[in-house]
Amino acid sequence: MEIIKNVYELRENFPALNQKVNGKELVYFDNGATAQKPACVSDLVMRMNEGLNGNIHRAVHELSARSTELYEGARDRVRLFINAKFREEIIFTSGTTAALNLVASSFGGKYLNKGDSVLITQAEHHSNIVPWQMVCERTGARLKVLPVDDDGRWDMGSLAGLLTKDVKIVSVSHISNVLGLVNPVEEVISAAHIRGIPVLLDGAQGVVHSRVDVQKLDCDFYLFSGHKLYGPTGTGVLYGKKEILESIPPWMGGGDMVNTVTFAKTTYAEIPLKFEAGTPNFIGAAGLGEAVRFLEGISGDFLQEHEKQLTDKMIQGLTSINGLRIYGRGEGKIPLFSFSVDGVHPTDLAMLLDKMGIALRSGMMCAEPLMRRYGQTGMLRASLAMYNTAEEVDYFLKSLKRAVNMLT
Amino acid sequence: MTVKEVEKQIVEEFSIFEEWLDKYEYLIELGKSLPLIEETGKRDENLIKGCQSRVWLDAEYREGKIFFTADSDAIITKGIISLLLRVFSGRTPEEIADADLNFIKEIGLQDNLSPTRANGLLAMIRQIKFYAMAFSSKQI
Repeated sequence: MEIIKNVYELRENFPALNQKVNGKELVYFDNGATAQKPACVSDLVMRMNEGLNGNIHRAVHELSARSTELYEGARDRVRLFINAKFREEIIFTSGTTAALNLVASSFGGKYLNKGDSVLITQAEHHSNIVPWQMVCERTGARLKVLPVDDDGRWDMGSLAGLLTKDVKIVSVSHISNVLGLVNPVEEVISAAHIRGIPVLLDGAQGVVHSRVDVQKLDCDFYLFSGHKLYGPTGTGVLYGKKEILESIPPWMGGGDMVNTVTFAKTTYAEIPLKFEAGTPNFIGAAGLGEAVRFLEGISGDFLQEHEKQLTDKMIQGLTSINGLRIYGRGEGKIPLFSFSVDGVHPTDLAMLLDKMGIALRSGMMCAEPLMRRYGQTGMLRASLAMYNTAEEVDYFLKSLKRAVNMLT
Repeated sequence: MTVKEVEKQIVEEFSIFEEWLDKYEYLIELGKSLPLIEETGKRDENLIKGCQSRVWLDAEYREGKIFFTADSDAIITKGIISLLLRVFSGRTPEEIADADLNFIKEIGLQDNLSPTRANGLLAMIRQIKFYAMAFSSKQI
């Protein structure tokens, strides 16, 4: 396979990028919410729906066998992609949210008791807050929160004080969906592990913008969604260390997750099937495998350099606008920028930019506590993907200045 | 003027704009120039929360008519609100209940009233209609 080494070649694989919105060429800068899909992913999904639709793991017939192969093949691809040690450490879910709920419910249900704590940070997405709150309500445990500073950095000085023996799990984002900074997760993982506390990383943004090696990170759980990683919607991955996944109970019951079933007692299947009750989104998971295969065909050096270029250009342009404040500044910045402009409501800006063909996110971005931390009721977010270009950044910056002028 | 006449007047005002940009500039002007609500009207119970922007709506019933004041923290939303209030405020509950708001479509702003935009405008119109219902049952 030819290795993709430049952005124009890369863009040709994404039909959605080539369209007009409101009469203007689309500039898609809402990749943090969901990414566009390469044609090979949509093709595979279509081919499976049209000719390879047989339920996996359940039958001896040819269609079932071939679907199963694609599904289990995707598991192998994902394992290699994040360098998990065993293939059964890869659980397919419907997304990061489902994966988080699985861990909160199963791990939390087993290990959390009254007086225990879950440590998160102030910069978490609602899906890394609410599932824990729900299990806390059930068990009598509570949430502890590591603060972030004005630049969006974790307050590492208060980590040791928070990591007391009541903490049963640390659940934090690899990269925040608002701040766009690669967090010092290695440091947190080693500090937690010294005290025997497992660490979950919400990798919804992290897996897209960094090369993840779960063995090197030594995290206990790593979670991500397929649709932000150029795969189909409704897919996701829960990576968990084998011994932990084996020690916690299943979350949902149903077909394919059992060993034997009698009315008196049911024994469960081994991992990963223990956590994949019912017919999974096997076509979606195969599509995610295809997205990963596509990503393996892009030069890593190109990706790194290109993202850095886009990031630098965005920082330079945004900081030149009067009254604009970027949330999340410093080392390890990915091309994801949440910002506000003095005296201008983010919704107004987003509406005007939409008319100029630019897709951005505005609002609270599922991180209300973080909005409150910065005294904002909403922000604007431009999140770029590998297929965005320097020309698009120029057009975005020009349009943003024009919109700000209209509104002030 | 009847509701229909006010709507027609607004459509005529917008007909001079050929570009979307001019339309939005006009909305921004409307949003900026109109003090819509007293600070005391910005009570929590008058707040209609959208994910994107907030809208406050206050209603007063006088001599068979409902008088609305409203505000938003987003200026374009506020501009659209000022159009809606021109149509709705000072009307009888029956007039409000009968208004179909087709003029929004005619001036090309219907996107802003779509439930997917989450800007609170749709919820505000629902609330206006709800007030009309509540006050008309009071009459009886």
